Amino acid sequence: MMPSGMRKFLDSGTLFVWLCGSGLMVSILMIGGLLLLIMMNGLGYFWPKGLVEFTLNDGTMVLGQLTGREVIPESATPELPDGKFRIQVKVGNRDLYGLDFQWLDEDQIQTREQPGEVLSIERREWGKFFGRIQAVKKREVVLATGNMEGLKAVKPLVEQMNDIQDRIHHLQHDIIGAVNYEIEAIRLALRDLELKDEQETNEWVDLQKRLVGLQANYEEHTKMLRALYDQLNEYSVILIDANGREKDLPLGQIVRILQPNQLTVFGKVLIYFSNVWTVLSDEPREANTEGGIFPAIFGTVMMVLIMSVAVVPFGVLAAIYLKEYARQGLLVRLVRIAVNNLAGVPSIVFGVFGLGFFVYAVGGSIDTLFYSAALPTPTFGTGGILWASLTLALMTVPVVIVATEEGLSAVPMEYREGSLGLGATKVETLLRVVIPCAMPGILTGLILAISRATGEVAPLMLTGVVKLAPSLPLDSYFPFVHLDRKFMHLGFHIYDVGFQSPNVEAAKPMVYVTTLVLVFVVVMLNLMAIAIRNRMRKKYVGSAV
Amino acid sequence: MEIVKTSQSSKPLPSSVLKVNVSKDEPDPMKQTGESDAIQSPNSDRPKIEIRQMNFFYGSNQALFKVNLNIREHKVTAFIGPSGCGKSTLLRCLNRLNDLVIGSRVEGKILLEGQDIYAPDVDVTDLRTRVGMVFQKVNPFPKTIYQNVAYGPQLQKVRGRAILDEIVERGLKGAGLWEEVKDRLHSSALGLSGGQQQRLCIARALAVNPDVLLMDEPCSALDPISTSKIEELLHSLKQQLTVVIVTHNMQQAARVSDYTGFFLLGELIEYDDTRRIFTNPGDRRTEDYVTGRFG
Ligand SMILES: Nc1ncnc2c1ncn2[C@@H]1O[C@H](COP(=O)(O)OP(=O)(O)OP(=O)(O)O)[C@@H](O)[C@H]1O
Ligand SMILES: [Mg+2]
Repeated sequence: MMPSGMRKFLDSGTLFVWLCGSGLMVSILMIGGLLLLIMMNGLGYFWPKGLVEFTLNDGTMVLGQLTGREVIPESATPELPDGKFRIQVKVGNRDLYGLDFQWLDEDQIQTREQPGEVLSIERREWGKFFGRIQAVKKREVVLATGNMEGLKAVKPLVEQMNDIQDRIHHLQHDIIGAVNYEIEAIRLALRDLELKDEQETNEWVDLQKRLVGLQANYEEHTKMLRALYDQLNEYSVILIDANGREKDLPLGQIVRILQPNQLTVFGKVLIYFSNVWTVLSDEPREANTEGGIFPAIFGTVMMVLIMSVAVVPFGVLAAIYLKEYARQGLLVRLVRIAVNNLAGVPSIVFGVFGLGFFVYAVGGSIDTLFYSAALPTPTFGTGGILWASLTLALMTVPVVIVATEEGLSAVPMEYREGSLGLGATKVETLLRVVIPCAMPGILTGLILAISRATGEVAPLMLTGVVKLAPSLPLDSYFPFVHLDRKFMHLGFHIYDVGFQSPNVEAAKPMVYVTTLVLVFVVVMLNLMAIAIRNRMRKKYVGSAV
Repeated sequence: MEIVKTSQSSKPLPSSVLKVNVSKDEPDPMKQTGESDAIQSPNSDRPKIEIRQMNFFYGSNQALFKVNLNIREHKVTAFIGPSGCGKSTLLRCLNRLNDLVIGSRVEGKILLEGQDIYAPDVDVTDLRTRVGMVFQKVNPFPKTIYQNVAYGPQLQKVRGRAILDEIVERGLKGAGLWEEVKDRLHSSALGLSGGQQQRLCIARALAVNPDVLLMDEPCSALDPISTSKIEELLHSLKQQLTVVIVTHNMQQAARVSDYTGFFLLGELIEYDDTRRIFTNPGDRRTEDYVTGRFG
């Protein structure tokens, strides 16, 4: 016999309500915790940290950023039940020490200081350098000695060097890139004529002449480039680490010099935002662990847009046929079941299909038909953004079909009859009344498709994503959109930086930052689609979806 | 089953009903058709629509049995009968909207101005522009008022702002809605009241210039004031076109219609002048129904 209070409690359904409530609670906590973790780790990355200088018992000095503290494993003794602690310091200077991080036992530390004058130097290679300036030189002539003097001398020079770097970038990417592009085009045209056995024709001679001209042009520009590179090495700075080890660094290697311990809060905030901007707008450096992730953001967004353009028409047309035209029977039921199951197929399977069908079969045929001059170098016969997008479109088409079918079912019969009763044909009814009313449903499908596609990495690895793409799939050279190019993707970037880079520990913040950006991109793309859907809904009030 | 013979009436109609368009020298309808089971229309100028020996099936389920009926031009014809007796089915056959129902089948003939609308060479969309329809469930499209009325004309490739404007205005005026909506033609039709929406649907149907307007319980979801507005409308509409209306409301049928057909279980029991159906019906079942004894 249950006590009557208990029975009453069970009967009232309160228990069930609590069960449901706690289920919801757990889900919210998990999602919230996930986002919080990513945000904390990701957003912290941009904050300029102070430098601490430790003096150890044996007299050596260690300079670096404090990154963690933990109990030394199995150090707990009866006298010290909490155990001893050690701290993790990011010491930088990878070229000198080989490692970015160092563990210090706390009982070996004699003093900790935060000297104001120490420098944090961001370099183009080997990560950051923490230390001081000993001297600044122009070739062999010493311009300044000492940290303060040296810093004063270096600051304007760094700006100058960054200017030169910009010019080098411009020269390499825009000017020489364009010349190369043209040379390649002419080379292909010549090869084409050769294949057609039309050598020594006027056209051929013309092309040869232009080729010679361009090659001269190219030589000239590379000479300029070399001169600029020389300028980068004109000045150098001799740095010393905490223990006085010297490092001769050409000034052209320096991106930025900070004195993090002297920054005001306002200064730190400024640097924070400039760091954010760098990550969002720059290209990656040093095996993706430094610099920005702009190409990956761009690749992700462009891939999703191409996928949307491909998936919506296909999905909607298929759904319309299934719902409005096909005779509802066993066959249609089977097709529908098959479509639903397609949504559950692991994405890597789609990747394999994309590789076999799109890349090798379709791409290979396109190459032999239209790009034979470039062979054996494949153009479309290798992974590229188009094939990756189409593979994802294939993967997400069931979602769009299902959502569209639901949207179509939700359009009231009265609308169709009203339209037909006014002398509209079935097609007119569909185009003018039914599809507009089903538009919110279709967009719901697109939203789901985008969510699924943006996070997908596995199929991309087979169909065109790379760790470092030399150029964006969209640029200023005709035909502007290069669907055959390989591209970078945030999801793959996370995998690459986190697990494939030579220095995993140092790359960890970048993983969180990239994750944060990926989440942000997914949310933005979804919000965009939701905004469009809401506008549609307002326009077609009364449609149910 | 024997087909029920209805309407034994061959008496001349009261002149009050026949004020319009009736010439005295027309032949007796009984003699005109001659068939024993043909339902005789009390009026005898040329029928707009003639329904001949019509059977209708939803799959294997027969919904209409040998219906014979003539619908007169410029008159309002009402179909009454208990729920499920086939009134809507018959109405929807008149513009072939039942074609949409999978597995449905029609036997017999429906002639619109002498032409069989179920003949294979008939253009269904063309038929539907000639025979418009207003539905029981108010169904303006989720577009603006203007776009709703312009929908039909635009399908017929009527282009040009000025022409469309004129058609829209004419349609809305014809449905008695112009004064209420002329300042908000470009706002959503779904913002109108139920009664206004139904008149918008009428305007939408009128805009394609139909010869016949079918109305399936157009007032069943409306308040008395909206209902009376639509009833008034019917009086003016029949000057220009022929109206067929299905209603459950006896008073409404008596008020607005010139002729009334009473259906029961898929059969046309009696078809006669409205006044006669309501005052002196020829069949017991009709009498029971209109006096409210069953139904
Ligand atoms: N789409 C359909 N498929 C199968 N049977 C149908 C369909 N529509 C109607 N029926 C059947 O046909 C018969 C006549 O229906 P109908 O809608 O014509 O009746 P009604 O007289 O209009 O009734 P109400 O006054 O309730 O509107 C009913 O028995 C109904 O069940
Ligand atoms: Mg009905």
